[in-house]
Amino acid sequence: MSAAAFNARGVWAIYKFEMHRFRRTLWTGLAVPVITTSLYFVVFGSAIGSRMTEIGGVPYGSFIVPGLMMLSLFTESIFNASFGIHMPRFTGTIYELLSAPLSAFETVLGYVGAAATKSMIVALVILATANLFVDVHIEHPVAMLAYLLLVATTFCLFGFIVGIWAKGFEQLQVIPLLIVTPSPSSAAHSTRSRCSPNPGARSRSSIPSST
Amino acid sequence: MSDSSEPIISISGLTKAYASGLQALKGVDLEIRRGEIFALLGPNGAGKTTLISIVCGLVNPTSGTVVADGHDIIRDYRNARSKIGLVPQELHTDQFEPVWATVSFSRGLFGCPPDPGYIEKLLRELSLWDKRNAIMKELSGGMKRRVMIAKALSHQPKILFLDEPTAGVDVELRRDMWQLVHRLRTSGVTIILTTHYIEEAEEMADRVGVISKGELILVERKSELMKKLGKKKLTLNLAEPMAQVPSELSDWDVKLNADGSELEYVFDGRAERSGIPSLLRRMSDLGIGFKDLNTHQSSLEDIFVNLVTERKAS
Repeated sequence: MSAAAFNARGVWAIYKFEMHRFRRTLWTGLAVPVITTSLYFVVFGSAIGSRMTEIGGVPYGSFIVPGLMMLSLFTESIFNASFGIHMPRFTGTIYELLSAPLSAFETVLGYVGAAATKSMIVALVILATANLFVDVHIEHPVAMLAYLLLVATTFCLFGFIVGIWAKGFEQLQVIPLLIVTPSPSSAAHSTRSRCSPNPGARSRSSIPSST
Repeated sequence: MSDSSEPIISISGLTKAYASGLQALKGVDLEIRRGEIFALLGPNGAGKTTLISIVCGLVNPTSGTVVADGHDIIRDYRNARSKIGLVPQELHTDQFEPVWATVSFSRGLFGCPPDPGYIEKLLRELSLWDKRNAIMKELSGGMKRRVMIAKALSHQPKILFLDEPTAGVDVELRRDMWQLVHRLRTSGVTIILTTHYIEEAEEMADRVGVISKGELILVERKSELMKKLGKKKLTLNLAEPMAQVPSELSDWDVKLNADGSELEYVFDGRAERSGIPSLLRRMSDLGIGFKDLNTHQSSLEDIFVNLVTERKAS
């Protein structure tokens, strides 16, 4: 009996384990982004949005939806992936991963796959929540999903590195807080300044969902 | 490959130097026979856990090779690791996972298809069946340890490593653990365990290896080692110092210490008659009084010291 060249069952075990952890923490995993999004709409959508003009023919409230999705996608991806691999390191259960017939690629695939799935679910839940507040029209659903998947995977891979690098939970928080949270804000700022002078010239925001 | 005369694990020239500069292993050569229970004895920091960790894939060796059941643990790690189960020293568990899920997870990690029947049998054997739906943090320390064993056995390994299986375990559970190890051996599993309790090695092992400061200083059948370990020493603090040992006491292997104020008697603690009662009777007949007495069993520590000094001398 010789072991297979690819331990698909091992990858699946990690994926299932991580998704199970997500279900167990469903309340914090889903409620927090939903509440945050709702607050964003109350603050930006209602308070500021009513004074804003349309951007490239899109109402301000709808215009910020992709931005909110991406913001959550970035932070959730990094948080989920870094936490996912840091937990076994912290509790010591990583011994089992290391002693299992799993390659580094398979381990990453299991953890990053689960983390990317989670953050995509969160992004889609935000989209659904936003739909309750503003009119969201998705022009290219397939492109949108592909884009979400690519961004989620990229940031989850980065999160995995953070989880391996971090020596404690404090360091685990540093990257999302200092680098990731500010960067979409600055990106949003630059997008807006590019949009403002000539609204018609650049109507597409970061994902092609609200154009 | 399944030739029974061939060792199930062969370790040759294994060294490990940590980044801190610590030389944890200094060229270990060891062969584990198929189906035996091998006890690795040594004081804390001797390199026991490092040796186990290398074989199980947790630590990369600096040099040397390990072949497990015919598979090199680095070049052919998938095959090698699927033959090995590890129960680490610390109770590392996923606190919020139910017992059944965590054991099934381990089986999955090792690439085995789900087999609820086998997991049930395993949990029943370890008296965990009633607790299959309990989450890990609700379990007692002893139960957690049994779950760790269930996890290690979930993929039906041929080789099982138990790192300090009875550290911090009460007497009853220790007995259970010993019985379990014997049952596993009967089912054909080769078992390597580390311990610093001599009675544990005595109870369980077929062969014993002694490791000290990263070197395997002795590998012997248990019976041979026990002979060396069996010496006991009785020390009597005499009421009156003596100039020499009275000839009436020459039947016993006694000598005077501490300027004649201490009488030392070395005897075989495993023999049926220690000779102590007759010695004391003879002393009282002779009117030799003593203020205090104590016995001392040559500890593992003494054996290490002896072995190391012997090695240096040779």
